[in-house]
Amino acid sequence: MDMQTLQTLLWTLAKIFIIIIPITLTVAYYTYAERKVIGYMQSRIGPNRVGPWGLLQPFADVFKLLFKEIILPANANKFLFYLAPVLTLGPALAAWAVVPFSDWLILADINASLLYVLALTSMGVYGIIVAGWASNSKYAFLGALRSAAQIISYEIAMGFALVCVLIAAGDISLKGIVEAQQGGVFDWFWLPLLPMFMVYFISGVAETNRAPFDVAEGESEIVAGFHVEYAGAAFAVFFLAEYANMILISALTALLFAGGWLSPFENVPVLGGTLLATHGIGWFLAKTVFFMFFFLWFRATFPRYRYDQIMRLGWKVLIPITIVWVVVAAVLVLTGAIVRGS
Amino acid sequence: MLNEYWPILLFLIIAAGMGAALVVIGSVLGPKRPDDEKLSAYECGFEAFEDARMKFDVRYYLVAILFIIFDLEIAFLFPWAVVLEQIGWTGFWAMMVFLGLLVVGFIYEWKKGALEW
Repeated sequence: MDMQTLQTLLWTLAKIFIIIIPITLTVAYYTYAERKVIGYMQSRIGPNRVGPWGLLQPFADVFKLLFKEIILPANANKFLFYLAPVLTLGPALAAWAVVPFSDWLILADINASLLYVLALTSMGVYGIIVAGWASNSKYAFLGALRSAAQIISYEIAMGFALVCVLIAAGDISLKGIVEAQQGGVFDWFWLPLLPMFMVYFISGVAETNRAPFDVAEGESEIVAGFHVEYAGAAFAVFFLAEYANMILISALTALLFAGGWLSPFENVPVLGGTLLATHGIGWFLAKTVFFMFFFLWFRATFPRYRYDQIMRLGWKVLIPITIVWVVVAAVLVLTGAIVRGS
Repeated sequence: MLNEYWPILLFLIIAAGMGAALVVIGSVLGPKRPDDEKLSAYECGFEAFEDARMKFDVRYYLVAILFIIFDLEIAFLFPWAVVLEQIGWTGFWAMMVFLGLLVVGFIYEWKKGALEW
């Protein structure tokens, strides 16, 4: 290996860690924010003992989990049992390889990045199935079946919503999709594709098994679902993956429907030339946090759906709506009602 | 362009490695005091009975089969959606025939009760 290759390799490694470490920290403080936000929504104050305002709480949790015993159930399949958390976390993090943080801040600028993201997010379901199977426990097994069926059902609605985005953007790279939304708040795809924006976000909540679609972990019926047998650090990995997925869905929503790094004040009269109208990573992060907040808000607000209601919503409501909207979006583009940007 | 793919491979390896590393660190730092009760499958305090890998509802299979059909459909729609403007109304109607066939199948499933839970 010559110097040039080694240098590129090290530089790429550095960039990968520059992406992964902030995501891990975000996950840590997302759990803190979740407890605080839901706490205040329920007239409590949330964690406030570890460090000032409870700010060190996530670290206390991490260290507690790391020092706990990882229990391997007697009848479990050892190899698959340890493989499952890795299979869940891998795709949740690796999808970030193609996320454009701004027009030039992007690790791998490939031209089929949306396809890559879709492929990787679909991989997550394997971790769940493998975990449920390897645990050899009834709760875990039923939880895994439920989660898997739910995730693949909502993936269809999500896929059709993405097709609508592609129709409107005419590009399959995330960067191209953001660039196709240039012009201002009302040119972002949330408005021309409003129903698809809603379907996408609802499917995203269902994909991540979050409230109100968290039947897989319905404490009152099947305890923790597919990861009921996991303890200590192995559980921590599942936890990390779930929150990383929520952040990923928020980031994708920001990119696909809310203009990614584009400034909302681009063509606003007075603010047009000011600093606020500058495009950049700040806007992307702000939008991502905005959508992340919705996950917490939903959890504090909505009661849990029943499983048959979830399947009905996915198959009988969202999928028909999305199929119709694929046709509508195609007609809108062909008749020139939606003008493709760039 | 292919040059852009190897950072992705590296990212995949590191992401998976991170999960593996956490599990390894956890098993090194954590105690190991197994006993029969602790290692038995969790069943709300009852003694575990029968094998957990039991028969389950056929509808889960059905959902998986339907998923494959629709997911393939989406994979088929992706390139069509991107080049829609170039292929124009001819391309549009060609896809409508295909989509129409799928919708007929979807209505059939619905009427047959495959989507009832």
